[in-house]
Amino acid sequence: MIDAVINITLLAFLAITALAIVRMTNLFAIVMLFGIFSFLSAALFVVMDAVDVAFTEAAVGAGISTVLMIVTIALTKEQKEKHPTGHRPWLPLMVVMVTGAALVYGTLDIPAFGDPDAPAQTHVAPQYLERSMPETGIPNVVTSVLASYRGFDTLGEVVVVFTAGIAVLLLIGGRRAGARTRMNEREQDDT
Amino acid sequence: MTHNIILRVISKFLIPPIIIFALYVQFHGDFGPGGGFQAGVIMSAAIILYALVFGLDAAEKFISLTILRILASLGVLIYAGVGIVTIFLGGNYLEYTVLGSTQIAGQHLGILLVELGVGISVFSVMLIIFFTFAGRGRP
Repeated sequence: MIDAVINITLLAFLAITALAIVRMTNLFAIVMLFGIFSFLSAALFVVMDAVDVAFTEAAVGAGISTVLMIVTIALTKEQKEKHPTGHRPWLPLMVVMVTGAALVYGTLDIPAFGDPDAPAQTHVAPQYLERSMPETGIPNVVTSVLASYRGFDTLGEVVVVFTAGIAVLLLIGGRRAGARTRMNEREQDDT
Repeated sequence: MTHNIILRVISKFLIPPIIIFALYVQFHGDFGPGGGFQAGVIMSAAIILYALVFGLDAAEKFISLTILRILASLGVLIYAGVGIVTIFLGGNYLEYTVLGSTQIAGQHLGILLVELGVGISVFSVMLIIFFTFAGRGRP
């Protein structure tokens, strides 16, 4: 009962935040609302007992990405965006409604939340739950799956994070002065 | 923001507990929620808070971009290196069992090292991204 009330409240807040994001034009306020959206999602994950995911969502979604987006806004605020004129909402609205209806139709086949007969619970999950303690001695099965059973996947994830860092350094890091003069030259060439 | 005394005092109170919490999440991830990814992000959040309140230069004095580049590579190296070590000890790539005298001890050591690599890498990459983005606005 109390779970249902919390779920409905959080989902209602999520919907209100999403609508507010759509209706706003102030980018700074939108970024703040993105942070609130992530934080509400994290709260929902906690209600679903997915604490590890909630942790990541709160730290990355509500924390780091909010800061990064604010920094980006601070960098780009000189360039004013042009609002598109004469834009018709009907085609996008149709596309969104049809996609949404297809997604809702898709959820009808999904097993109920926490259903013990769901394919996700009957395939490898029981193996992990039974064997994690005797094989690795680690009570948090999420960690033993992430670091041991699926260690190779996690190595790939770390390399993805590492690559993101390298890409940022290559694109906008390094010699700032040199990059700026090159940009000025290009602007002069254009004119 | 460097002249706002309330922000300065409060963040000075907050940053040490954030770092302690990050270390707790890092090394307690085997038993509770958390692990390298979350710990790295929380740790970098502490430094980012410091940079936001005390300025980018003060934060770069604490940990420079050069050190961060080395750390980011070091994290991946630790992770991949554990795999290489297990091959030399006669196991498969990332088969931690051969690291210890018993299977449980080996798994514990392997997972601890691997999570440490994840934490170091995520921490430094998050800070690299932040420093590079924030540093571009500087004259």
